[in-house]
Amino acid sequence: MNSSVITFPGSNCDRDMDVALKKFGFKNKMVWHNDVELPKSELVVLPGGFSYGDYLRCGSMASKSRIMKSVINFAKSGGKIMGICNGFQILVETGLLPGVLLRNKYLEFICKNVFVKVNNKNNPYFKDIKKDTLELHIAHNEGNYFCSKEQIKEINNNNQIALYYSDKDGKINENTNPNGSIKNIAGVFNKEKNVLGMMPHPERMIDPDLSGEDGSIFFKNLINNLK
Amino acid sequence: MIVNEQIAIDHGLKKDEYKKICDLLKRIPNITELGIFSAMWNEHCSYKSSRLHLKNLPTKGKNVIQGPGENAGVVDIGDDDAIVFKIESHNHPSFIEPYQGAATGVGGIMRDVFTMGARPIANLNSIHFGSPQHKKTKNLLRGVVHGIGGYGNCMGVPTIAGQTSFDESYNGNILVNAMTLGLVKKNKIFYSKAAGLEKPVIYVGSKTGRDGIHGASMASAIFDDKIEEKKPTVQVGDPFTEKLLLEACLELMAGDSIIAIQDMGAAGLTSSSIEMASKGKLGIEINLNKVPCRETNMTPYEIMLSESQERMLIILENGKENLAKKIFDKWNLDFAVIGKTTNNKKIELFFDKKKVADIPIDTLVENSPMYDRKWKKCKLPKKIKIKKEDFKNLKIINILNKILSSPNICSKEWIWQQYDHTVMGDTIQKPGGDSGVVRVHGTNKAVAASVDSSAVYCWAHPLSGGKQIVCESWRNLIAVGAKPIAITNCLNFGSPENEENMGEFVECVQGLGEASSYLDFPVVSGNVSFYNQTKNIGIKPTPAIGGVGLIKDYKKMVTMSLKQSDNILLVVGKTEGDLNQSLFLRDILNEKNGPPPEINLFNEKNNGETILKLIDKKLIKSSHDVSLGGIIIALSKMCIKGKKGATLKKPNYLMNEFEYLFSEDQGRYIIEIEKINLKNVTEILEKNSVHYDELGTVNENELIINNKSKVTIDELIKSHTNWLNNYMSK
Repeated sequence: MNSSVITFPGSNCDRDMDVALKKFGFKNKMVWHNDVELPKSELVVLPGGFSYGDYLRCGSMASKSRIMKSVINFAKSGGKIMGICNGFQILVETGLLPGVLLRNKYLEFICKNVFVKVNNKNNPYFKDIKKDTLELHIAHNEGNYFCSKEQIKEINNNNQIALYYSDKDGKINENTNPNGSIKNIAGVFNKEKNVLGMMPHPERMIDPDLSGEDGSIFFKNLINNLK
Repeated sequence: MIVNEQIAIDHGLKKDEYKKICDLLKRIPNITELGIFSAMWNEHCSYKSSRLHLKNLPTKGKNVIQGPGENAGVVDIGDDDAIVFKIESHNHPSFIEPYQGAATGVGGIMRDVFTMGARPIANLNSIHFGSPQHKKTKNLLRGVVHGIGGYGNCMGVPTIAGQTSFDESYNGNILVNAMTLGLVKKNKIFYSKAAGLEKPVIYVGSKTGRDGIHGASMASAIFDDKIEEKKPTVQVGDPFTEKLLLEACLELMAGDSIIAIQDMGAAGLTSSSIEMASKGKLGIEINLNKVPCRETNMTPYEIMLSESQERMLIILENGKENLAKKIFDKWNLDFAVIGKTTNNKKIELFFDKKKVADIPIDTLVENSPMYDRKWKKCKLPKKIKIKKEDFKNLKIINILNKILSSPNICSKEWIWQQYDHTVMGDTIQKPGGDSGVVRVHGTNKAVAASVDSSAVYCWAHPLSGGKQIVCESWRNLIAVGAKPIAITNCLNFGSPENEENMGEFVECVQGLGEASSYLDFPVVSGNVSFYNQTKNIGIKPTPAIGGVGLIKDYKKMVTMSLKQSDNILLVVGKTEGDLNQSLFLRDILNEKNGPPPEINLFNEKNNGETILKLIDKKLIKSSHDVSLGGIIIALSKMCIKGKKGATLKKPNYLMNEFEYLFSEDQGRYIIEIEKINLKNVTEILEKNSVHYDELGTVNENELIINNKSKVTIDELIKSHTNWLNNYMSK
């Protein structure tokens, strides 16, 4: 199973993603932002970090970088693309995913474990995950998901909401919302469900000695579903 | 402009220093040369008041690869791996502009570490603010935390531990000390010593601007009411460029092109070029027209004194310029050959085809002033006797809640949640424990690090205080199961020109040296920050110690959270019940005098080494060192972290329970062990002549001190976490 992780200048979770993908059996290649073509892959990952410093809107510079043409074409041909944290921000900037990511409600960077409720398991990313909620890790300053009322209706109707911030029993309310995201949204799909963006970092939860192990569940499941 | 004495004084030089410059040069310096002298001779770069005393510190040990004198210290952690680490202050800029001051402090220390070829793997910080009631404190705290986070998070280096305190002596002069650890292969360490003639001198990184001109001189000045005017001397950080610089440097370092490399920190191009030449006993020639500049019409003076961030100076092997340039082009960084090494032991600068400076390097370095400042010895204060009636009407639980929620003890989660502490995927002990711990990527090893200071103890008696912090650092490493290797120190003091402040410095350093020598815990790097004072009032002496230790098998790491009901709790180390300078005495009985706790280095070492043996045999379930607030605060924190309770045994000691529970006697730990191991553990303790008391047992959810005094863990958690959140949200 081949995967590619794109490194933009300022990406800083690219190595962590490489480690995680390899740990669960992917043959991963690192791809430089200035490359033109993607290597043959069943999965493309846009990792976390601060691409181009994110001095403009997060992800906006990266969404225009050279490799992204191939990434967008890959998405349009049904290829699986996953954007984590800054990767999610980049995907919304390309228009592959709906909505925007604003600054966190309390204007502070947040690094902590959160629970997310899996909303849609009818896709290669979450199919066959037995748990209804996963404990994952967030580390971001701009993870406050927002979109218009019409868009919310639309993504809801199309079952595009992937994850909600919740408590460990799956309860979704203000107290379980770390950053002010509309409807507690932590991750969304495109209409076709081949593109996923999410703020939480599964790659930081792949070992009992780290913050937790639910990331392992995610990756094990993912590689099985892509086979 | 023709230089005269007044201009020299405006540059922070003293009259006799200016005279010495003229004597050494046998002429009057021009303005560029004067700028260079003032940068090299100020306290920050020359250590002129501290050098004499620092040379007595123990800096050698069997694991030390590089001691003080380089960009950072280096220690051996086995299997060809080494850890590069250092702590540095950025106090003055952070007070003037908290976000940029703190951010560039973090950026500077990371650069010191990757200059040596090491990839940074952990950041720590020690930050100190004025009284919470002071009008500036809240904004300074917020700005500093945002700045540290802003830089470290963007770099993708986890911030794994830190320390925050509040004390009115920092009202006009906060402290921001940043520490970084990096990982490097032993045969890939890079140094700043130039070698070889006619070698190209390369400038890489950001362009040079007018920011930070005279930053190092500002850092050596006393604050007054006009301090806001100094804002332009604070550098502006760009963590994105630094991230690129890190990757580009490491890529170049993988080959064999670099002879020497030095980051441009304090005093920018001046100190980096001069230090490299000085270490290599060479000269250096620079064409300033070749230096990439951000602004137009920059003068040689400005170019040499700019402290623009994210820049490096490299001396390359001949013929490697193109290869190196390709790498820096890939990362979109400036790359310029700006000069060459020479054999005349001078720094020669050219601008618009004219020679604009010509100074023998030894006059700037070896001949820089060194002072044996006058200092006052501090007597050990008399012990305060507490009257029996003072204890009357005191309710233990009330006191406990009060201390747990006090600014210096309360949870600092509001702070460290804003730092990315999990990036790089190797953080196995997060902030809030005794030490932060990161795995050495891809191995079974882990590195523990802690940063500590005890300004109150150092203020009460600098000699004891100096010893105490080293011991506390050592204990914080031991408590997680790490073998202490070495320390770095950041010595924050008032003016060396004041005999009392100088005395505090001299005696703290003496204490620090004694303890680190006894514990075989050498000092491998550090930094001195004097003039931390506003008008004529200095801060409390605040040496901060960053300790680093090794865990050979990270599966054996211990945390402080209580694990299992019915497990037994022991206090290891002897409790004398001395309340002098304890939080209890200072905050509850409002008595600020008296000596700090006594240090017994033999016990410290013996107790610590025995704890490590117990951890190695997997006999300890949780452990925590006993420090501020004494046994009961230490135990409460273990309860809070593990969400478990504890039932204390009926006391069998000859002191009252306040003395037992709140005294801050040193060399102690609380450990949790399983019942079946009690005999085994106590035998080992006895065999090693380590004193211990049975403190009690773990229970589900209540801290029970005796029948009358108990409290739920939920209430303790509330006391511990609410203060800072409330303070910052108001």
